[in-house]
Amino acid sequence: MKLSTARRHIIEGSRNIIRNSWMTVASVGAVTTTLILVGIFLALILNLNQVAENIEQDVQMSVYVELGAGEEEVEELESNLNELSNVRSIEYSSKEEELNKLIEDMGESGDEWGMMFEDSNPLNDVFIIKASDANYYKSLSNQVKEMDYVDDVDYSQATVERLLTFNKYARYIGLGFITALLFTAIFLISNTIRMTIIARQNEIGIMKLVGAKNSFIRWPFFIEGMLMGVIGSIIPIALVLAGYYYLYDNVDGRNLLPFVELLPFNPFAWQLSLLLLGLGVFIGIWGSVMSVRKFLKV
Amino acid sequence: MTSMIKMKKVFKVYKNGVTALNGVDVNIEQGDFVYVVGPSGAGKTSFVKMMYREEVPSKGEVYINGVELGTLKKKDVPFLRRDIGVIFQDFKLLQRKSVYENVAFALEVIEENPKKIRRRVMNVLDQVGLKHKARFIPAQLSGGEQQRVAIARAIVNNPKVVIADEPTGNLDPETSWGIMRTFEDINSSGTTVIMATHSKDIVDKMKKRVIAMENGQIVRDEQQGEYGYEA
Repeated sequence: MKLSTARRHIIEGSRNIIRNSWMTVASVGAVTTTLILVGIFLALILNLNQVAENIEQDVQMSVYVELGAGEEEVEELESNLNELSNVRSIEYSSKEEELNKLIEDMGESGDEWGMMFEDSNPLNDVFIIKASDANYYKSLSNQVKEMDYVDDVDYSQATVERLLTFNKYARYIGLGFITALLFTAIFLISNTIRMTIIARQNEIGIMKLVGAKNSFIRWPFFIEGMLMGVIGSIIPIALVLAGYYYLYDNVDGRNLLPFVELLPFNPFAWQLSLLLLGLGVFIGIWGSVMSVRKFLKV
Repeated sequence: MTSMIKMKKVFKVYKNGVTALNGVDVNIEQGDFVYVVGPSGAGKTSFVKMMYREEVPSKGEVYINGVELGTLKKKDVPFLRRDIGVIFQDFKLLQRKSVYENVAFALEVIEENPKKIRRRVMNVLDQVGLKHKARFIPAQLSGGEQQRVAIARAIVNNPKVVIADEPTGNLDPETSWGIMRTFEDINSSGTTVIMATHSKDIVDKMKKRVIAMENGQIVRDEQQGEYGYEA
């Protein structure tokens, strides 16, 4: 494309935006609303993901060895455990180590406890297993329960399962919402551009008559749609940046919610902004393509 | 002489069942000046629309400058139209644009070099006698002047064929003559001119080729013909 032609298309596209100012406001408003909601949802979903992942990392399965088991039995159990698949790590902690941990956790009153149980340690030897994925704990626990010398298996089953389900549904619902919003915005933009096209049908007819290529006719509408997308993404980006900065500052690292570790502002907020801008442009162009194709039969 | 426009057994039936063209055969040479006459609804407009592929035949073949339009790809239609200038009864000017802009528009959309556009537009406005009104908008011009702007737009990229569908239909006789002189001018430089008209006066005095249509068929085709109907 020639430079003079490109300039003409950009001027034409921008003029359309100003000419149909009310429709433009409506469409840009729709894009803005959509992108704000998309931004909030995405920030929520991605952070939820992050939190869930962190918790998943912390999930572990404790295999309590029967109290009477001797060294040989423990070794046999260990070799059996080593044969399990989908296991990331296995750690052994003897009952003495467990007791020391407990004493440490107790803090000041720990010493008294230590003296109390010095001679008769009531704790089990423990194997601590981490699965390669949280989904495997259920089947792992079933397998381990069947093994000899196992007293009990504990992996906070309910928590893990609830977390996994919640995370899954949150993702689906969020994505469903986002898709619906995007389509609404595309529809509104395509409507606005349709108005532009109707207003300029005369001109388009003459363009075709004097031999304008279809691409030449389409370009200003592309630019109009794209500009609406870009303008529509300004406020959402500002809100995301400011809002996330505030949130990050106030939530992360506070004792309020110690297990919540948000994605860091940089680069997350910037990536999200870029994504919103991209979505805005995408919505705008798609909206314009839809109406141009329907209306120009080009 | 080479054939500019040729039609072979062209039929056109519209979706609503109306038969506009009913087996049209015609050959128009390069440089011809042709009047298309006949009563309203005879198929004149459909006939000329075939030539710039505004309509496609239901059956039959249309050749422009040797190219069969049925084989023409959609994306090549714009390039066909650059060789054809079209003029209408209602001028079809852009009301918001100046005379100059209306004419330059035809060159801008085919991505002509901006410097060349300026030169060419001023030349053509001079040719139709409107150079001094280049900055006016259509509403400030008379009907005849507006039609001259439309003519200027049609010929600004030196088309091989100029097609006019009742160009003087909205103009008084005196103005019409002025317009006709412009068309003669265009024709004398070798451009083929095809004009559908209801003006008995003009056709009878100009003594050019006349194609008369009735019910979608050519019923008469005479060199130096006459209008042949009551005015």
